Amino acid sequence: MKPAIALSIENLSFTYSGKKVLDKVGFQIRAGECTVLLGPNGAGKTTLFSLITRLYDSHDGRIELCGFDLQRQTCKALAKLGIVFQQTTLDLDLSVMDNLYYHASLHGIGRKQAQQQIRQELERLDMWERRLEKIRQLNGGHKRRVEIARALIHKPSLLLLDEPTVGLDVPSRQAIVEYVHQLSKENGLAVLWASHLIDEIYPDDHLLILHKGHIKANGTVDEVLRLTNTAHIKEAFHNLTQGEAT
Amino acid sequence: MTIVHYWRAMWGIVGRELWRFVTQRERFISALVRPLVWLFVFAAGFRAALGLAISPPYETYILYEVYITPGLCGMIQLFNGMQSSLSMVYDREMGSMRILMVSPLPRWFLLLSKLFAGVGVSILQVYVFLGIAWCDDIHAPWQGYLWALPALMLSGLMLGALGLLLSSFIKQLENFAGVMNFVIFPMFFMSTALYPLWKLKESSALLHNLAQYNPFSQAVELIRFALYGQMAQYAFIYTLVAFTVFMAIAILGYNPSKGMMSRKGGG
Repeated sequence: MKPAIALSIENLSFTYSGKKVLDKVGFQIRAGECTVLLGPNGAGKTTLFSLITRLYDSHDGRIELCGFDLQRQTCKALAKLGIVFQQTTLDLDLSVMDNLYYHASLHGIGRKQAQQQIRQELERLDMWERRLEKIRQLNGGHKRRVEIARALIHKPSLLLLDEPTVGLDVPSRQAIVEYVHQLSKENGLAVLWASHLIDEIYPDDHLLILHKGHIKANGTVDEVLRLTNTAHIKEAFHNLTQGEAT
Repeated sequence: MTIVHYWRAMWGIVGRELWRFVTQRERFISALVRPLVWLFVFAAGFRAALGLAISPPYETYILYEVYITPGLCGMIQLFNGMQSSLSMVYDREMGSMRILMVSPLPRWFLLLSKLFAGVGVSILQVYVFLGIAWCDDIHAPWQGYLWALPALMLSGLMLGALGLLLSSFIKQLENFAGVMNFVIFPMFFMSTALYPLWKLKESSALLHNLAQYNPFSQAVELIRFALYGQMAQYAFIYTLVAFTVFMAIAILGYNPSKGMMSRKGGG
């Protein structure tokens, strides 16, 4: 039996200032699947994320999270979602714990349960010792870890990460990429990871290549290589995004 | 979503705002300096120039400082409402507003909670201000301080909802200076905060009319009468209606399908 569908998008289109940013986008992500959304700058990745998180709304198409229609069952759908945005969205003047307690309260988690879950997530990310420090005192990599911990406190089924490694040094990047892949494999978490860095893709990842609002490829790494008749993802990505006469 | 979930979320939002306010000592002090300068410098200098006849809720001749105190309570709430709106524009630009907006709760509830948080902070400021005024012999009947609480809640909600509404329209932080010039100052000066209506009528009928229909005037009158244990019914209804209208437009402004969210191109 196939794992449950965590995210299903059908025929999604979005127009911004008269320009079609997304055009009939459709794909699915199943539990335990790590999907990397690859696309050059301006491909529509952030817009797609804004639609999945319902910061934007589109009447063209349909988004379902764990079987809940985002338009009609917004709260139930959003409860299944953990998000790490491209920009840091932590309160710099509050401590790590206060930031995480705040998030837990927004998800209706009581103080005691929140403390247990926060501890669990921070320990897994080696951040428990720094829980009382203000966010302002942390470096970029540690802030990202806190944001990942925050996204997981309410035990989501789908984790969205919008270019979470931008601006980080190589060891921090590798640690985050490794950790998220491990989460997906061991905990059955569905992951949608937007990136433009090819070295963040693992061989068994699922790949989505988005270019100018269109899905150019959707499949496993091997399938995409076969489709493009190339040996490396870099080459496949180039063929699909640059080689096209657009 | 259960009631417990709503309660925890609201307490989380309000608690965070109060905690931030208390820990940011500079913000606390600067929020108090403005009304205190008006009270101890402006009002003291103006006392000699302005003669005030007896008018409700006052039963005797009063000093100008006494008259201006409820207006300055309103001023604290007006600035606080705008400060909240400024911080929401900032949060939106910095991204932290997104975390609130993607919570699994209805957007109207999240905005209302944010509003309550701002009102809580403004009431804290008002009572500290009234405490300092009391030390300077500006007294209201002690029951008035209790009656003022619901009045301050309603006026704070109305002014906070106005701030929320403005924040849904403002695209960038830089545009906020316009709010100071076109909203805060006209609202404050064309009101009964500094001069009674009859005094305004003496100088200009237009100014009198503008002040009369200014929702800030009604909020100030609500606070003024409450401080003397009286209910200003017209001001209460006017403030309540203004709050409802501002809040409804603000919710619409933050609605991703109907409002200005998509046009702003940000979260």
